[in-house]
Amino acid sequence: MNGINAHLPALQVVVPMLTAAFVVLLQPRGLAWAAATAASLMSFLIAVQLTLAVAGGATLTYAMGSWPAPYGIALEIDSFSALLLLVITGASTLALIGGKASLESQMQSDRQPYYFSAWLLALAGLCGIVVAGDAFNIFVFMEISSLASYILIAGGPDKRALPAVFKYLIMGTIGATFYLIGVGLIYMMTGTLNLHDMEVLIANVSDQRPILAAAGFITVGLALKAAVFPLHVWLPNAYTYAPHMATAFLAACATKVSLYVLLRFDFFVFQGNLDGHAFQFTAYLMPLAILGIVIGSAVALFEQNVKRLFAFSSVAQIGYIMLGASFVSILGLTAGIVHIFNHALAKGGIFLALGAFALSAKSLRIDDIAGVAKRMPWTFAAFVIAGLSLIGIPGTAGFISKWYLINAALEHGSLGIALIVVILLSSLMAVVYVWRVVEAAAFGEPATAAPIAKIQPAAFIALWTVAILNIVFGLAPDLPVSLATDASNILLGHLR
Amino acid sequence: MTEIFGTFLLSLLVITAVAIVRTKNLFVAVMLMSIASLLIAAVFFLLDAADVALTEAAVGAGISTVLFLGALALTFERERPSATKRALPVIVTVIAALVVIYATFDKPRLGDPEAPVHRHVAPWYLEKTPEYVDIPNVVTAVLGTFRGYDTLGEVFVVFTAGIGVLFLLGYGRVTRSADEETEINVGLRHHLIPRTVGRLLIPFILLFGLYVQFHGEYGPGGGFQAGAIIAASMILYALLEGERHALDVLPQRLLLGLMAGGAILYTGVGILGMLLGGNFLDYSVLSDNPVAGQQLGIILIEAGVGITVTGTLLAIFHAFAARER
Amino acid sequence: MAVFELFNYWVFAILLMIGFYAVIAKPNLIKKLIGLSLFQSAVFLLYISMGRVEGGTAPIFSDNAETALFSNPLPQVLILTAIVVGISTLALGLGIVVRIREEYGSIEENEIAEIDRR
Repeated sequence: MNGINAHLPALQVVVPMLTAAFVVLLQPRGLAWAAATAASLMSFLIAVQLTLAVAGGATLTYAMGSWPAPYGIALEIDSFSALLLLVITGASTLALIGGKASLESQMQSDRQPYYFSAWLLALAGLCGIVVAGDAFNIFVFMEISSLASYILIAGGPDKRALPAVFKYLIMGTIGATFYLIGVGLIYMMTGTLNLHDMEVLIANVSDQRPILAAAGFITVGLALKAAVFPLHVWLPNAYTYAPHMATAFLAACATKVSLYVLLRFDFFVFQGNLDGHAFQFTAYLMPLAILGIVIGSAVALFEQNVKRLFAFSSVAQIGYIMLGASFVSILGLTAGIVHIFNHALAKGGIFLALGAFALSAKSLRIDDIAGVAKRMPWTFAAFVIAGLSLIGIPGTAGFISKWYLINAALEHGSLGIALIVVILLSSLMAVVYVWRVVEAAAFGEPATAAPIAKIQPAAFIALWTVAILNIVFGLAPDLPVSLATDASNILLGHLR
Repeated sequence: MTEIFGTFLLSLLVITAVAIVRTKNLFVAVMLMSIASLLIAAVFFLLDAADVALTEAAVGAGISTVLFLGALALTFERERPSATKRALPVIVTVIAALVVIYATFDKPRLGDPEAPVHRHVAPWYLEKTPEYVDIPNVVTAVLGTFRGYDTLGEVFVVFTAGIGVLFLLGYGRVTRSADEETEINVGLRHHLIPRTVGRLLIPFILLFGLYVQFHGEYGPGGGFQAGAIIAASMILYALLEGERHALDVLPQRLLLGLMAGGAILYTGVGILGMLLGGNFLDYSVLSDNPVAGQQLGIILIEAGVGITVTGTLLAIFHAFAARER
Repeated sequence: MAVFELFNYWVFAILLMIGFYAVIAKPNLIKKLIGLSLFQSAVFLLYISMGRVEGGTAPIFSDNAETALFSNPLPQVLILTAIVVGISTLALGLGIVVRIREEYGSIEENEIAEIDRR
């Protein structure tokens, strides 16, 4: 079995991708879902194995086709990749297990093989981006995951998903094309597509202008895909009208992968080579991050649709991650990267619970979920735990990220104090908007016309697994924190 | 002389692009897009990119025009005149254009053989292809084996688009009853010239498609172009003979099988490489002689590419063409 | 000859912006997709232009030229992939537009927003 271990980096992508091609041919009821869940679970196990292999800051490389990099395409896995692989495969598996009933209520059964095939392609695409060490390879897998996620979002019964996904398609394609222009400019000046190679060769380039332009294009392109403010406009509607299990999966990981590429590209290739880039990075991205946090939380305070409320909350959370990264310090980067992990747990749990609530409420508007807590008490309890983690109460995973973020801000003197005020203020806003939903669900009177449904056992287990993990990683955060710290060290090690 | 001709074509391209954006008739815009694609294909050819020119012509000018027309048939042909003010987009666009042009000033001279882009990786490909792969078309060698993982991703992008369109628009089952259409009114049958010429052309187009598929190692060509050309011949058949007959010849289930089959073949070759001792997508272990193994690998994966592309493009066409308006 | 050298890059910039303008300024969904296609074609032009070597030919070995100068094969490979990715996105986009037409009766962005507001 030793032989297999050496091929795990390739299998991380190949397993879901190959299964996707088979799944589309599986017509019998439920078989497509079972195959998708099995492939997703297998990907999760591979991700766990890879995490163990890179624990402590090691890096795994794999040469596709046995051609040596930079002539062939190389895969590269380190702690940063491993953390994201865990998030992606874990979110996919839990959303599949937990969302089966929700999906069956939202989609005809003869379309399901296509849907699950798209799901696996999204999974394969996201994993492919994260394990890649070649800039153009990232583009190809970025497009696989994007096209697949357009299908996932468009699958719901609500017709408003269609204009939302069209807007996402346009903005996403512009983002990918900007990224392609940036890679083209770098290739023009260095002659290579391999990230490590680029880092070495850019140092020798005399004309900085195309490199600066490349940095600009790549940053804007990836920011579009990552829904960094003000390019976030596609996200709220896309997440709101997608089928609930798709929202749970995508909200946990899709935008974070674009942030991963942004950070990796920036720190590996640009930070060490462009003069003053570190300062520019902070100067441009910190204000945008703060605006994202403040505006995202503010809009969530007034939203009537619960899913859209939490979608705006996601814009704010992406702001936290960018804020941490914009500090360009060990604590800051650790805060941002660990929040990728913790936010996935919190938001994933929230959307899984909302999917369950939707089965016994007329719609997911605040007025319509009244009294749902009385009909699904345990689901509601899990929802509350995830909500507390989102706010950042001590004892939950969300607190860990905020703690590191505050510590990172303290390193910056008076600016840091102002930032801490922003962080605390936005956490207070989170308390308000989470309380609005909790209050409506717990204290209202259920409308008599609403369907009475109980949560399925599989969904229950998935939901409570996420809720418990929120607490476990709040009290014993060693795994995500050590991965994040290793990742920050690797990223900062490329600065000179 | 080539430069002057290239400059001329590029100027025509810009004029066509402006016309495309300004016209309110979407049918005209799509036809102009097709012309623009051909102009770009010609420019690519002048820039020594033969494979890319073939792909742009087949896929860009050919297939995308068909898809646009299919969508137009199901929606509206004219754009509604927009009453919104357009100052902001113009300002944003002009600023962005200036930024991009500013970024071009330090670029290396076009065509300079000593430019950094031609050093490092490219000379290695040109030098090592005869040694490791021994096929004349270096582009196919890079596409098929040196960067074969990218091409695998590309096949799956095509596959994803196919299942997406099938998911959104359904199978495209033709439900019109048989007595609504008499035999002579189906498709283009009552137009004598298209029918006669088309029927003559279809076998030659198919033959050309197969030629492009298998000749891709020796000249411009390969799976993507071949898939587009073969799909085009079947689309011509569908246009002439009507949807029902076309779907009798190549039913949707078969097309779905082709879509998945090509992708599975490609991935399978990669896994075979793993099982025989190499890394994923290592073809040199497929045969005792590594060079023969590389060639075998390339033939197999190009076949996989061609199969998936044909199946997907046909499935997408039928999804549009057979949709009830 | 200076103007010819940069001409390709200027056409890239102009075409890019024409396509970008169509995407952001036109409310018709199919016009947006057409603009997106132009936008992507401009990028293809950028890559292929940078791959050209003066005095070279297409990178295909033939019997009668042993030491010929070849143009760079790598941008061609990348753009082959990019063209296919572009048309896949286009196909999916057109599928979405057809469904929007069926659900909303219109493919103009402002009219769709109006219907959703009600």
